Amino acid sequence: MPDGANAVLHVEGLKTVFKVRGGEVHAVNSVSFDLKPGELLGVVGESGSGKSVTMMSLLGLLPSPPAEVREGRVMFDGRDLLKCSPNELREVRGLGVGFIFQDPMTSLNPVFTVGFQIMEPLRRHLGMSKQAARKRAQELLELVNIPDAGQRLGDYPHQFSGGMRQRVMIAIALACDPKVLIADEPTTALDVTIQAQILELIRELRQKLGMAIVWITHDLGVIAGIADRVIVMYGGQIVEQAPVGELFAHPRHPYTRALLQTVPSVRGERAPKLNVIEGQPPMLTQTPSACPFRPRCAQAFDRCARENPARRAVGRGHDVACFWDFDSNGAVTATGSSADA
Amino acid sequence: MLDHTPTQKTLVEVDGLKMYFPITAGLFRGKVGDVKAVDGVSFSIFEGETLGLVGESGCGKSTCGRALLRLYDVTAGSIRIGGVDIAKLSPDALRRMRPTMQMVFQDPQASLNPRMTVAGIIGEPLDEHTSLGRAEKLARIYELMDAVGLSRDFANRYPHAFSGGQRQRIGIARALALNPKFIVCDEPIAALDVSIQAQVVNLLEELQDRLGLTYLFISHDLSMVRHIADRVAVMYLGQIVELASREALYGSPKHPYTQALLSAVPEPNPEHEANRRRIILTGDVPSPANPPQGCNFCTRCPKVMDICRKVEPVSREIEPGRFVACHLYETTTTAEPTAATEASGKTRLSTNNPTTQQGV
Repeated sequence: MPDGANAVLHVEGLKTVFKVRGGEVHAVNSVSFDLKPGELLGVVGESGSGKSVTMMSLLGLLPSPPAEVREGRVMFDGRDLLKCSPNELREVRGLGVGFIFQDPMTSLNPVFTVGFQIMEPLRRHLGMSKQAARKRAQELLELVNIPDAGQRLGDYPHQFSGGMRQRVMIAIALACDPKVLIADEPTTALDVTIQAQILELIRELRQKLGMAIVWITHDLGVIAGIADRVIVMYGGQIVEQAPVGELFAHPRHPYTRALLQTVPSVRGERAPKLNVIEGQPPMLTQTPSACPFRPRCAQAFDRCARENPARRAVGRGHDVACFWDFDSNGAVTATGSSADA
Repeated sequence: MLDHTPTQKTLVEVDGLKMYFPITAGLFRGKVGDVKAVDGVSFSIFEGETLGLVGESGCGKSTCGRALLRLYDVTAGSIRIGGVDIAKLSPDALRRMRPTMQMVFQDPQASLNPRMTVAGIIGEPLDEHTSLGRAEKLARIYELMDAVGLSRDFANRYPHAFSGGQRQRIGIARALALNPKFIVCDEPIAALDVSIQAQVVNLLEELQDRLGLTYLFISHDLSMVRHIADRVAVMYLGQIVELASREALYGSPKHPYTQALLSAVPEPNPEHEANRRRIILTGDVPSPANPPQGCNFCTRCPKVMDICRKVEPVSREIEPGRFVACHLYETTTTAEPTAATEASGKTRLSTNNPTTQQGV
C-alpha cells in the first residue's frame, strides 16, 4: 500500500472518466501507487485496462473534454499535479517527468530535424543557448548509442529506422535529467531483436543516471527482465502489486495467475493446449460495484458480485484486490482483511 | 509431435519463389531497381501440418504468404498446391482453385467490410463459388458460426459491434466457408490481447484437428509459433535461413540469426531473465532493395567469417528434415574449428534449458 514517505511520485485515489455519447467510461478507478527513487515500476495489463490513461492523467496529457480527472492526488516534488495550472504543468513535463510514447513513427515531428527536437526542451526548460543545447543534444544521442551523433542531429525522423527513432525519443525524454521517466509501451512497436537492444540500453541508462522509471507494457516477459516492482491492472483498477520475483513466484490474483498460464514460452515444457481466460474484458460504463474480473474468474463466489474487493496486504510487499485466498484455498475471512476496514 | 514418415503427403511445394517489387524514379517512372521482398525461397508443407513462418517485420514473410496464394503475380519460381502449379495458372483456372486455398488476415478491423453483416461476410464466398439456395446458404452460415464459436444471434450484426477476438472469428469462418484444404494465417493474433490470443489459437488448432486443415502460420511471436507449429521456417531479408522441426529449432537453433532471435525473446521468469546471456545484435536489418553482398546476415552476424561477405550460402540439409543456409555448416576443411566453437556456443546457450525445466 502506498505510504507516501520518500516516494518521488505518490498517486492516491486517481479516478479518470471519459464522457462518451450515451454515457461515461470509467477508465481509471481509485488507482493508488508510489514510485520510489531509482526503482523501475512495471505496469502490466491488457489494452483497455487503463494503464496508459492512468499515466497520462498524471501529467494532464488527456484532452478534456472528453476526459475528466475526477478525484485523486498526485504528489510530485511537494505539489499536487492535479491542482497545478497549465503553465506549472508544462514546467513539470519534460523537466521533472520525461515521457516516452509507444509509437516512435508518429511521436516525432516529421518536419523538424531530430536535433531541433532534442534541443527544444533544453532551450525551453533549461534556457540553454543554441550552441550549448547542440552540444548537449549530441551528448544525448551518444548516450543512447546512436553512431555519428554529431552528423545525425541534422537528419529528419524519416531517415531513422524504428529502433533508432525510439532511441531519439528516449534521448528527448532524458534531455532535462528528469527525476521520473514514464515509458508507455516503448518496445511494443519494435521487433524482438531491436527490443532487446532497447532493453539493454535502458538497463545501462539506469545504472548511469539512476532515475525512477514507470514502464507500461502488456508483455510479461519484458517486465520479468527489467522491473523491480510490478503493478497488474485490470478493468481500470490495480488488482495486484508486488516485487517482481514475488509476483511471478506467488501470483495471488486469479487474473495474474491466468495471465501467466496463458503465455506460451520458447523454453521448457510445451503444453498440448493453451490455457485460456474465457470471456471478454469488462465494459467500464460505471463505477465498479463488484469485482471486474468476476465473470471470467474460476474462483468467483457470491461476495465478488456484492462488493468490489479492496487491496489487502499479504506480506513481502505484496498486495492483492481479491476475496479469494490461494493459501487456504478458500474465501478470505473478515478478520485480518483490510477490505472491511 | 507428428512423426515425419516418408509416407506423409506433400500438399504445398514452393520452389525458388521470388517476389520483386520494382522501384521507379524520375519523370517517366523508369525502373531503377527492385525491392527483393522474397528472394529465392523453397519449402514444402505436408498435409495436415502447420508450418510456422517467423521473422522480423520487413523480412518478407507476409509477402511470401500472399504470393503463395497468388495474391501477387510472382517474379519467378513455382508454387504447387495439390500438384497444380498456381504460379502459371490462367485467371479462370486460378479462380476455380481459390476454394481450396484461403487466408486469414492480420487486422480483423480492416479485413471485414463495415457495411456488410456477419452473415453477408461469411456468405460472400458461397455466393461467389457455389450455387446454394438461400436456405442452404443460411444453414451453412450458421454451421460456420457454430464452428468458430459465434452465437447465431449475431448473424445480422455489423463488424463494429464485435470485439477484436470475435472479429477474427468472423474472418476465420469466412476462410472456412468453402472447405479449403490450405489456409494461410497472416499474423492472425498480432492485433489481439494476450488473453484473447490463446482463445483464437486454440480455435485454429481445434479446427485443424476436426477438418484436417493445413496451415501456413505467419507470425513474429516466437513463443506462439512454438505452440502451434509442427515445423518452423525462419526468414531473414527475403530468404529462409533455417527450417526445422519445432523441437530441433527451439531446442538447438543452428543459424546464428535463429540463435539471436530466440535469445532476444523475453521470458516471463525474473530469475532466468537475470541470469540469461543474451546475444544482442547490433544495427538494423539492411534494406531489401540493396541487400549486402554474400550472406544477407553478414552485416549483423556475431560469427561472421571472411567467406560470408563474398559467397552467398545455400540452404542444405544438415540433418534429416533440417535445412540451414550458413557457411558454418558447410562440409569444408574449415568445418573442424567452426564445429568446435559451435559446440561450445551451444553448451553455453543450452545451460539454461535444464534450469528452465526445473523452474517450470
